[in-house]
Amino acid sequence: MILRLAKATTTITVAALLCTPAMARDNVSIAGSSTVLPFATIVAERLGRNPAFNTPVVESGGSSVGKKGVCDGIGTEFIDIGNASSRMKTGELEYCDANGVKLTEIKVGYDGIVVANSKNAPQLKISRSDLGKALTAKVAVNGELVDNPFKTWSDVNPALPNIAIRVYGPPTTSGTRASFAEIINEKAFCGKDSEMKAALAAAGQKAKTCRAMRTDGAYIEAGEQDNLIVQKLQEDSETFGIFGFSYLDQNSDSLQGAQLDGVEPTFEAIADGSYKASRALYFYVKHQHIGVVPGIQEYMNEWLKHWDEDGILADAGMIPMPEAERDEMTARINELPVLTADALK
Amino acid sequence: MTDNQFMGLSPQEATLRVEASLRQRRKREKRFRLMGLAAVALALSFLVILFTGILSKGLPGMFQYYVQLDVELDRARLDPAGDLSAASLYSGDAEALILEASLASIGEEEGRKTKRALRKMVSSGASIRLIEFVQSNPQVLNTKQTIKFAVDDDIDSFLRGFIDRETPEKDRRIDDLTIDIVDRWQAAGLISYELSDYLFFGSASRDAEMAGIKGALIGSLLTLAICISIAFPLGVAAAIYLEELAPKNRWTELIEININNLAAVPSVVFGIMGLTIFIVTFGMPRSIPLVGGVVLALMTLPTIIISSRAAIRAVPPSIRDAALGIGASKMQVIFHHVIPLAMPGMLTGTIIGMAQALGETAPLLMIGMVAFIVDIPAGFMDPATVLPVQIFMWADFAERMFIQKTSAAIIVLLAFLITMNAAAIALRKKLERRW
Repeated sequence: MILRLAKATTTITVAALLCTPAMARDNVSIAGSSTVLPFATIVAERLGRNPAFNTPVVESGGSSVGKKGVCDGIGTEFIDIGNASSRMKTGELEYCDANGVKLTEIKVGYDGIVVANSKNAPQLKISRSDLGKALTAKVAVNGELVDNPFKTWSDVNPALPNIAIRVYGPPTTSGTRASFAEIINEKAFCGKDSEMKAALAAAGQKAKTCRAMRTDGAYIEAGEQDNLIVQKLQEDSETFGIFGFSYLDQNSDSLQGAQLDGVEPTFEAIADGSYKASRALYFYVKHQHIGVVPGIQEYMNEWLKHWDEDGILADAGMIPMPEAERDEMTARINELPVLTADALK
Repeated sequence: MTDNQFMGLSPQEATLRVEASLRQRRKREKRFRLMGLAAVALALSFLVILFTGILSKGLPGMFQYYVQLDVELDRARLDPAGDLSAASLYSGDAEALILEASLASIGEEEGRKTKRALRKMVSSGASIRLIEFVQSNPQVLNTKQTIKFAVDDDIDSFLRGFIDRETPEKDRRIDDLTIDIVDRWQAAGLISYELSDYLFFGSASRDAEMAGIKGALIGSLLTLAICISIAFPLGVAAAIYLEELAPKNRWTELIEININNLAAVPSVVFGIMGLTIFIVTFGMPRSIPLVGGVVLALMTLPTIIISSRAAIRAVPPSIRDAALGIGASKMQVIFHHVIPLAMPGMLTGTIIGMAQALGETAPLLMIGMVAFIVDIPAGFMDPATVLPVQIFMWADFAERMFIQKTSAAIIVLLAFLITMNAAAIALRKKLERRW
């Protein structure tokens, strides 16, 4: 009996496998940045409530997966839209061109990067330059590049508290980490600090070297799980954490964000640009799939309904774009200009 | 030297010596026993900590807060086309009706601020619930009905005490006006704490109060169905061939070594293989249980082959000899005697393999099943995700209510696994034959 059953099921499965042609897909397929995912899923779910469309499938994977995946090729086995929390580079666009993929770039909003700690401890007030100095792997001491020697915040700047530097943050695969390293370490610290500039020049290194974070235990990689960092901070009031603004927003009763150059990380300050540690969130849509896979245009239109200050995306922690920028992006969604290398420069 | 001397010791001395060594031996035995006991106790205490942790967080996650509203089910507004179709109900005004009902529940008619607050207090899925309710009971149209809607996840967290009323207003997720409305609802007895129907009958959602595991559970079942229907027959057939029919030479030895190696390959590798073979070469869609099931089948195949071979080997040779002796053919021996006797062992191996497949996420990453999928899959070709993926995704969302939902989903997954393992044991007990 069991054997006959087994025989029958094998036959069915083999038949099913052989009869599967390359088939059309009737749901939008999206992949990419885990920072964009919470917002993209909200939009996807709203589109899915319309009985005329299937809910788009949103995969995670990181910004690089989004930008590379959308460029992998044309055909329903490839994704339609790639999410990214960092802008496409010309090299990445070349890969697209090589595969004949035409894209349009849509910016959807901003995400603030915050340095936070428990409310049981005093708020950290720090300049971006000092923050970079505390966390960059190699710093200038007496004109030479050496491994970061600072043990406590007060070693970096006597005005800062005398507690050990211990910061939890995302790993190298994360877009949050890449943006933090670029905005704080590279631009605010290495690009501005004269001693650092001289030391870099003397060592023949570029400012990009500064993107390396400390690995001696002062900066601790906590995996892609931001909730884990939040828990750590709630338990240990002497540690700090780096994560996206939405996690601070959700835990505003137990955590506080550090002031950067005297600016609090509030919704308004990130939106008007006075809080400097923020990055833009994008998605890249593949032209060749619009009209082939149903719902792509409608998915883009769905963003328009939710991305302003009163929308559900702002409620979930996304920082909306100013109105002029929203208008520009709305025009892009309607006209779908092809992304060129010139536009990325 | 007299006769009753032993190794140069007098009898008394010998007895003392033996007694002393005996005492030491007993002590050593006791110590060993205690160590074993301590190991078991330690393992058990870990289990207890794990379970109390999951249960204490997860059980509250099985419940959630609902608010009871009297909704005027005005047909003209709910169903503008008048045909009760999904499209007509979608274009209708369900949301506004719920908002009016919630305004009425606190005895107010107007007020922009109150309206804004109320819109965020009832779950955004309330309109879907209302539409479903009307669709399944068309006779309620044009009447007033009392319906329970889930409250928004922030309100839920507040009612659970996770948001402290004493925190300054600007540090709170919800403002004073919202708290005031919640108080009025509670005073009117409109709030209830009930077993969450969303958790079991809802699908993935970014609104924590609406999120459920139904989609992922069905996805898991579909994937496992494909997995078992490929892995079991193939695994058993391979085991029978290798054990009973294959000649013992260098080739079969090589195959055997490779099967054992395959069992140790990290599961994500199978996912990469699935991506290149099924999705890129055969052009199958991403995120479907068919591909997921095949990939998991490849992953569990070595486990099934190895355990099936062990089960076949455990069948005593005397049974084979007896069957051959009374004139059975080789095939008759295998199908009439060896397989029925080895079946309990084979099934146990298969179920353990399936339990392992149920908990896997890594091989599914590459083939697009680690994804946010709302629509409940209706077949092997619909996009689907699986339970562990759902748990993994929930654990990473910022909204606080997802923490409890995550633990609740873990309980369901564990219950699933325990059921499967119990089935394995029961099957073995039932089919096992001793000789």
